[in-house]
Amino acid sequence: MEIARHWRLKQQRYGLVGEVCPHCDVKIFPPRDVCPECGGEAKTLYTFSGKGEVYSYTTIYEAPAGYDETAPYTVALVKLEEGPLVTAQLTDVDEESVQIGMPVEMVTRKLRQDGDERGMLVYGYKFRKST
Amino acid sequence: MPINKLPRGVAIVGAGMSKFGAFPDKNGRDLFVEAYKEMTRSVDKGLDPSAIECFYLGNFSSDLFERQGHTAPLLADAVGLTPIPAARVENACASGATALRQGVIAIASGLYDVVLVGGAEKMTNLPTADVTDTLATAADVPFEIAAGFTFPGFYAAIATAYMARYGMKPEHLMNVAIKNHDNGALNPKAQFGVTIQKWMEGRVAAALKKGKPAPAWSDIWDFLHDDSANPMVAWPLRLFDCSPITDGASAVLLVAEERVREFTDHPIRILGSAQASDAALHDRADLTSLPAAKLAASRAYEMAGVTPKDIRIAEVHDCFTIAEVVASEDIDFFAPGEGFKAAEDGMTAREGAKPINTSGGLKSKGHPVGASGVAQAVEVWKQMRVEAGERQVPGDVPLAMTHNVGATGSTCVVHIYERRD
Ligand SMILES: [Zn+2]
Repeated sequence: MEIARHWRLKQQRYGLVGEVCPHCDVKIFPPRDVCPECGGEAKTLYTFSGKGEVYSYTTIYEAPAGYDETAPYTVALVKLEEGPLVTAQLTDVDEESVQIGMPVEMVTRKLRQDGDERGMLVYGYKFRKST
Repeated sequence: MPINKLPRGVAIVGAGMSKFGAFPDKNGRDLFVEAYKEMTRSVDKGLDPSAIECFYLGNFSSDLFERQGHTAPLLADAVGLTPIPAARVENACASGATALRQGVIAIASGLYDVVLVGGAEKMTNLPTADVTDTLATAADVPFEIAAGFTFPGFYAAIATAYMARYGMKPEHLMNVAIKNHDNGALNPKAQFGVTIQKWMEGRVAAALKKGKPAPAWSDIWDFLHDDSANPMVAWPLRLFDCSPITDGASAVLLVAEERVREFTDHPIRILGSAQASDAALHDRADLTSLPAAKLAASRAYEMAGVTPKDIRIAEVHDCFTIAEVVASEDIDFFAPGEGFKAAEDGMTAREGAKPINTSGGLKSKGHPVGASGVAQAVEVWKQMRVEAGERQVPGDVPLAMTHNVGATGSTCVVHIYERRD
C-alpha cells in the first residue's frame, strides 16, 4: 500500500476521522470526498466524538483467520451521535448484555492477531459500553 | 427516472446447469462444459453452435479461488466458441444475473441475435478460511472486514435488526431452511439433495454405525436447536441458516424475439430486466430491507407491466435464511414484516400461494457464487416449461421472477420471465 493512503487509513482507524460536508454539514464516515447527501465535494476532515449507540449487532462464532483467537466476539453497526453508522467490534462487554440502543464509546484496541504478516492494520477503533 | 422498455424482445431458448456440489476432480472449466452441453441439448429444434455470436460469463473470483484470471475466453474455447467475443462480468454473488442482463442488453440493442450467458465458480479447492477471505473481498474490506465481520455476520446483523423491529424469533428462520431442503431433495442437481429429516436420520445412523450412542433428537426442530448438530455461526444464524461452499456452473441461450422460432416453440421471454447498486451496509438508513433489491424489483415490474400478484414463482437470493425473508418482502410478495410469517404459514412452499426457491435455493441446491444468478434462470425455465419433475409446482407458471444479490445488497438484479408458446 502506498504511504499516503496507509497514513490516511491509519488516521481514520485510530482516531475515527471522517469528513464534514462544507455545503450541507453532513458528517461522513467512511470518508469518500463526495458528499453522499448533496453530491458536493467534501474534503474537510472531521474527528468524531466516538460516542454512539448500538444500531444492530451479532456475535461471531466462526471467525476469519486472524480473529479466531478471540472468538466468539461481538461486532456491531454503531450509530455515531453525529449521524453515520460505523462497523466495529465491541470490546470489554458481556455478549449477553448487548442490545440495540446500548450506549457505546470508542476505544483503540488490537484488531487482529496476524496483522503484521498480512500487511493489514493491526490496531484500530472498537467500542465499549458507556454510561 | 423513466423506465426504459427493452427496445427489442429477448427470450431464453435453452438452459442447463452442472451438478452442484464439491468436486475435487473438476475445475471451473469442466463444470462449465457440463452446463453448456446440457443447455445445447435443451434447445428444442437443436443448436448449431456457430449461431452464437457473443458470450458473457458471470464469475466472481476465479483469480483467488483457482488462481486463474481471464476466464471468459478460456471457457469459450473449452466449448469451441472462439473467436466470438467473450467477457467476464464480476458483481460478487450477483455476477450471474449481471451477466444475464448484459446478454439481454446486447440483444435488445440490436447488435447481436444469439448470445450465450454462463456462470461458473469453483470454490472448494481452497481451505474454508481462505474461501471466507475471498468472499470477504465483496465487502468494504478496510471498513467492514477489518472489524472482524464476516458475511454470515452481516446477514446476522440484518436478522437482529429485523427481529427487533418485527418480533421475529430465530426459530422462524428454520422454516426457510426446512422448506428449501424439502425442495432441494427433489432436485437431482442440488448439492444437499436431502430433507433435514433425512439429514438428521443420517446423523443417527452414522453414530450407531461407529458404535456411538445415537443422539436423542425428538424431531427436526430439536435437531436444529442442538448446538452440536446445528452450531452457531453468527448469532442468530446457525449452520443451517447458511448456504454452502459449492462448485458449479450454469448456462442459458438468449435469442432475439424475431429469431426465436428457429430454436423452439416454447421460449421463455424476458419481460423485465433491472439492476440497482448501493453502498456498504453501514451506509443504509435501514437494515430490514435491501434498497437496491426494492428498486430493481419495482423497475422490473414497471418494465414488464405486471404486478407482484401476477408472478407465480420466484427464485430469490437465499444466501442466508434471513435473506430469503427480506427478499420476499423486497420483491413485494409480502408486506414488510410479513415475510417470516408467510414462510411459517407455508405460503412460499411449492403448494403455497407464492412458491419461492422451488430449486432448493442457494441453501440446498448450493451457491457457486458466479453461477447462482444464471442457475436461477435455469430453474424458472424448467418450471415454466413444466420440466421440473417431482418439484414441479401445481398449475401454470405464466410469469416468474429471479432476484440475485451481490454482497449485502450493493448489487441487486431482478428479471421477470413470461412463457409465450
Ligand atoms: Zn453535502
